[in-house]
Amino acid sequence: MSDFSQCAILELKVNNHPGVMSHVCGLFARRAFNVEGILCMPMQDKKHSKIWLLVGEDQRLDQITQQTLKLEDVLEISQHSASHPVFAQMMEFVE
Amino acid sequence: MKISGAQLVIKLLERQGITQIAGLPGGAALPLYDALPGSNIKHVLTRHEQGAGFIAEGMARVSGKAAVCFASSGPGATNLVTAIADAHLDSIPVIAITGQVPSSMLGTDAFQEIDTFGLMAPITKHNWLVRSAEELLEVIPAAFRIATSGRPGPVAIDIPKDVQNQIIEIDEFPAPGEAMPLPQPTLAQLKEMEAMIAKAERPMLMVGAGVIQSNSSEALVALAEKLNIPAVSTFLGLSVFPHGHELHLGMLGMHGSKGNNIALEECDLLIGAGVRFDDRATGKISEFCPQAAVLHIEIDRSEIGKLKTPTLAVHADVGACIKALLTNCEPQQRIEWVSRIKWLNENHGIPLPTKQDLSNPYSLIKTVAEIVGDNTNVHTDVGQHQMWTAQVYPFVRDRQWSSSGGLGTMGYGLPAAIGAALADPERMALCISGDGSIMMNIQEIDTAVEHNLNVKVVVINNSRLGLVRQQQALFYQENFAAVNNKRTADFALMAQAMGANGFDLGKATDPLAMLTEALNTPGPVLINVPISEDEMVFPMVPPGAANKDLIEERKA
Ligand SMILES: Cc1ncc(C[n+]2csc(CCOP(=O)(O)OP(=O)(O)O)c2C)c(N)n1
Repeated sequence: MSDFSQCAILELKVNNHPGVMSHVCGLFARRAFNVEGILCMPMQDKKHSKIWLLVGEDQRLDQITQQTLKLEDVLEISQHSASHPVFAQMMEFVE
Repeated sequence: MKISGAQLVIKLLERQGITQIAGLPGGAALPLYDALPGSNIKHVLTRHEQGAGFIAEGMARVSGKAAVCFASSGPGATNLVTAIADAHLDSIPVIAITGQVPSSMLGTDAFQEIDTFGLMAPITKHNWLVRSAEELLEVIPAAFRIATSGRPGPVAIDIPKDVQNQIIEIDEFPAPGEAMPLPQPTLAQLKEMEAMIAKAERPMLMVGAGVIQSNSSEALVALAEKLNIPAVSTFLGLSVFPHGHELHLGMLGMHGSKGNNIALEECDLLIGAGVRFDDRATGKISEFCPQAAVLHIEIDRSEIGKLKTPTLAVHADVGACIKALLTNCEPQQRIEWVSRIKWLNENHGIPLPTKQDLSNPYSLIKTVAEIVGDNTNVHTDVGQHQMWTAQVYPFVRDRQWSSSGGLGTMGYGLPAAIGAALADPERMALCISGDGSIMMNIQEIDTAVEHNLNVKVVVINNSRLGLVRQQQALFYQENFAAVNNKRTADFALMAQAMGANGFDLGKATDPLAMLTEALNTPGPVLINVPISEDEMVFPMVPPGAANKDLIEERKA
């Protein structure tokens, strides 16, 4: 099992549009903020999707969160600690 | 009614109040161009799409309203990119509409196919690849809403040719997109701000473009006067304070006056109003305003704490904050601080030559300003000429100043001036340029001639890429590499070749008479003014250094 203790998990609710993933991932890449893991699935209503990001927990996290919130298709962001099970369960598929 | 995607775009733009669009057609934009004749929109054909992007920026900066540019797919779209990036860094509401190859061919490396969506994403507030004509009903109003809401900025809409051609049935047009209401300061925040300002002995306003954006320039100056708070302006915040105002210390940062820097060292409260603490303004940020508490009023939440940790942050409309403070605050005197500012201005301002000499850039700019008067919108390109203009041009009203700040894009000046001349035809559009920059978009003189615009270009010609040469002189032991334009083209002749009037002060027996005649000649005019390559912009803060470590003048 990998160690996620230095990480935080961001949970984004986004519009289920083509292009949303590229807006979100592009933002993290160009602001030089590493994304360790990513998971994206449409929600039940099909209009929205959830994006889960496993990111490094550093002092720029608030800044990158604020920048992400400015994206038109990002509706909500919440932050979880590394103990959240979403990525831990995903690990089964990559190990 | 039945309507095609292209007709729908034009109709919705008309309904947004768009009357002029700059652009250049191509295969993938043909249906859009087919829908233009017969509309109420005048199309301004540029000679390069970058010119179209900057014309839109020029229109938006002078009017405060969103402006539109068109281009085709592939090279048309890539040619727009620099201008859209420029609008992005300076928060200008530009709407770029590009044609794209038909949907069925997307992803096949078709002729003139490029990933416009991917290119525009990092340099816009939002962008779209439109998948159907129905989507346009939402996308076009949303484009205007997003471009003009909160902190403004560019958006880009990429429309495949088949979507432009697609006929759909609609009952009615959607409502035009409008700016969203802005977050307002809370009562508690206002009280906190008032207390902070009342307590400060040596407060200082740092005025940014957010003040212009929020239509509160006059209120801000009135607030400064009522509470006796001196002010510095960011590069883009210039023109909020009328020139020569005794509380105003001019532009701060890399080429700010020494007095301005000393005042910022001494202030005990810095009020950042609609600013983003750009590094060209703050210098080494850890040493910026070392004694000051920081009050940051800003509409873009992500700017708060990005670079400078504020003592008090107010995420709200700057205009609303300023107007409320102006009403609520009791007048304050601050006699000592104000007289200190006056002394700093008098003794450590930008040193100007005492007598008129048109081969001195400051003297030249002052003389040009005198001749053209206040009814002029002022543009520049990028370089020494830009900084000289920013340091001394006598602005009298906001939106009079239009220059590429964040991206620092050579080639901005002339097309932006054309945009201003189109959007604000009652005023002259002045462009102060350099021999390097003017060559980046000189072809647009032809556009200005076609529309007989009141555009006057003054090329301050040092036959060098002056600002780069200056850095090589100061920081690279005069190892002058690739900055010599010695064999510069004859710019006056180039202007004439395109049908404009061209003047060359280097050939004048009476330069002042020629300058006066040139600036009073109707229509597009270019005036070449030779100066020495050794003229420098001072003071200068070495890149990366603290503002207090400025270089005042060149040691022989
Ligand atoms: C498009 C672009 N390329 C390069 C630069 C880098 N650059 C900044 S100033 C400058 C020289 C500008 O020369 P000129 O227009 O003659 O103005 P001067 O400094 O001589 O007044 C250059 C090359 C830039 N800002 N923009």
